[in-house]
Amino acid sequence: MTPRFLQTSRRGFLGGTAAAAALTAMTPPVRAQDLPPLEDYQPEYLEPVEWAFVMAATARIIPSDGDGPGAHETRVPVFIDRQLAGDFGAATDLYMEGPFNPDADIFLGTQSPLTPAEIYRQGIAAFDDWCSGELGAGFANLSPADQDAALTALADGDVTLAPELREFWTLLLQNTKEGYFADPKHGGNAGMQAWVFIGFPGARANFYEWVGRDEEYPLGPVDIAGDRA
Amino acid sequence: MARTDPKKDVVIVGLGWTGSIMGIELAKEGLDILALERGPDRSTVPDFKYPDVIDELEYGIRFGFMQKPRNSTITVRRTLDEQAQPMRRLGSFLPGDGVGGAGIHWNGQTWRPMENEYRLRSYVEEEFGADTIPEGMTIQDWGVTAEELEPFYDRFEYMAGISGQAGNINGEIIEGGNPFEAPRSRDYPLPPLKQTVDALMFQDAAKAMGYHPFPRPAANASEAWTNEYGMQLGPCNFCGFCERYGCINYSKSSPQTCILDALKRYPNFAYRTNSEVLKVDMADDGQTATGVTYWDEAAQEQVTQPADLVILAAYQLHNVHLMLLSGIGEPYNPATGEGVTGKNYSYQLIGGTTLFYKDVEFNPFAASGSSGISIDDFAINQIDFAEEGFIGGSYITAGASNGQPIRGISLPEGTPEWGAGWKQGIGDWYGHSMSIGSHGSNLSYRDCYLDLDPTYTDPHGRPLMRLTFDWKQNDIRMTQFMRTKIEEIARSMNPDSWQSSYESEGARYDVRPYQTTHNVGGSIMGTDPDTSAVNRYLQAWDKHNVFVLGAGAFPQNIQYNPTGAVGALAYWAARAIREDYLPNPRPLV
Repeated sequence: MTPRFLQTSRRGFLGGTAAAAALTAMTPPVRAQDLPPLEDYQPEYLEPVEWAFVMAATARIIPSDGDGPGAHETRVPVFIDRQLAGDFGAATDLYMEGPFNPDADIFLGTQSPLTPAEIYRQGIAAFDDWCSGELGAGFANLSPADQDAALTALADGDVTLAPELREFWTLLLQNTKEGYFADPKHGGNAGMQAWVFIGFPGARANFYEWVGRDEEYPLGPVDIAGDRA
Repeated sequence: MARTDPKKDVVIVGLGWTGSIMGIELAKEGLDILALERGPDRSTVPDFKYPDVIDELEYGIRFGFMQKPRNSTITVRRTLDEQAQPMRRLGSFLPGDGVGGAGIHWNGQTWRPMENEYRLRSYVEEEFGADTIPEGMTIQDWGVTAEELEPFYDRFEYMAGISGQAGNINGEIIEGGNPFEAPRSRDYPLPPLKQTVDALMFQDAAKAMGYHPFPRPAANASEAWTNEYGMQLGPCNFCGFCERYGCINYSKSSPQTCILDALKRYPNFAYRTNSEVLKVDMADDGQTATGVTYWDEAAQEQVTQPADLVILAAYQLHNVHLMLLSGIGEPYNPATGEGVTGKNYSYQLIGGTTLFYKDVEFNPFAASGSSGISIDDFAINQIDFAEEGFIGGSYITAGASNGQPIRGISLPEGTPEWGAGWKQGIGDWYGHSMSIGSHGSNLSYRDCYLDLDPTYTDPHGRPLMRLTFDWKQNDIRMTQFMRTKIEEIARSMNPDSWQSSYESEGARYDVRPYQTTHNVGGSIMGTDPDTSAVNRYLQAWDKHNVFVLGAGAFPQNIQYNPTGAVGALAYWAARAIREDYLPNPRPLV
């Protein structure tokens, strides 16, 4: 059984002291339930139809049913929008000089002239067109079963996309998992729910006493802001 | 705009491990030294401080401490007739930039090669016959021996405060260490690290099979340590954020924790950051270098920096790039086999088997970079190459180095990559798997090399360097051999299930997934100026005041992580410069 002191949250542990008030003032805990509803989020990069796609697609990639939080509870779409609005979306770190040979062997890495933000924009439009043609509606308006079928086709390379959009699915899948597991400071993993679910203690970064012990680690995660879950 | 600065005695290109070692060893001589680092300055505080650096997305996934391909990259092709494409995004390997270089973001495995790895061609010819070496394989001897380098390994390991267990001290085999290692003069400075559950399980299984398990030599301090420069390390707290991160805890050996603060106290040493060296400048007679030309980012101008001695201490790829751009050594030509600069690029061939245990709590987040258990029972000096049909070897090892979830959660075969099945899989299996890995040699071949790309250029207008590299049958056979050995061990450990991942017949090099940052060769050392770029003291054969440090010197890759040999060779070259070159500058061979 977990010792009682290990179950204490920071709020309880420091509650009522001046130190707690000061700490809280400096780094107000951002808990999932304190955040505005996902539906009210105003995207920085994604257009409304693109936002609708990201909402729908991430809900199938990490669904809400079953054990553990889904992409929506953890606010993965917010993470993706913020990534696309920032350096990642703009390919700030990538080598973007031509000539570009986007259909080169995939083992030689991405060769698209498009930034990740542009790949999302054009990829969503192209994939929505494919969904309309094959399944009768844009992705966001399909039934969950049809959405799964469409994503399976996308993942298997059965959706014909221009070679410069070849990375679209890889990016969408990777960014969704990033948003699920990254520190909450980046906009996803709200309330550290994904860390709680799998048992990852986040930014605690000190485990000397636990090395070599085959027993469950008792503490919940802490994030970079100092909040606990 | 351009300027010429006053002459220095020594200019050092790059301020990572080798630049820092050479910097402090030459600073002791009273020489006036300038180190030029292309990236930013970096210190434990503020750059690695808790909790900011414990950010998997920023550093583990977006590579915050690595070089940006926009500023510096290479092109890659697998064969001579393929069109090379630029590596637009980092993947297969992760060179650092900034002060400390890759020395800040490594895991810290600090090995010594086997004795026969320094004289691999001679060893193979003597033991198995020259016809054992397949057509197109271009392995060579290093021109130095384990015995000659031993004091320099010792120096590096004591400077860096390595945690480990000796297996052979002056020929006496020590229980619990690696009985197959080359003789060392004394034990490691620090005892081995604590071991994680997966490593302990592997240790028991390996022992039961009659193998010889020993702790991995680690640049993560197991206890407090003060080194020869007065720099101090504190014990590793197993934070689980080692590789790809700077150390929060002054526990991981790095230029920052082991050298730089001591070096910065020398008034005759200075360094400039955001200063990328564009080329080494040559004297009119072509016999010596006159200094370097670099780009001063802050001043937005090109600077001519004269110097009597030029030390190339950048990452292996960048050293070779500068040599090709500056005319140091004849560029290698794969059609004729002639030329030396860019010759014998090689890499590292790794593979692994993952074991799943529903009822074991591995707590993979409680990890240091290099704690773990290895066996060398299938090392390169333990294998009959004639009988097995390949030349090479591998250490086999277990010990998780992190439990970061974005970087990957191992899931049993058949688990979907997304959807409800994936979510259930990560809930069921996070913290319930371990892996046993093979870390194998990769040999050198006539058509695996580095040259200048004819098409793509960097922001300074210089041609990118082009890598031509693919996996070869010899090395695939090595990794498949290791697979059979590891799977035997895995079966004996009775996991709920297990699965393997090794390169197999016909495998092609894929630049996308991370493999290792163990790129070697291209500025290879040797005994003959016709077949090597630098002599046994890492001195350029054709420009005697240019020394080229780093893993570019390896004529083929060893079966180990390269940093131990890189550090020892830096001390070896520093000794030659101090005692032999400075009193009488000339070709040392």
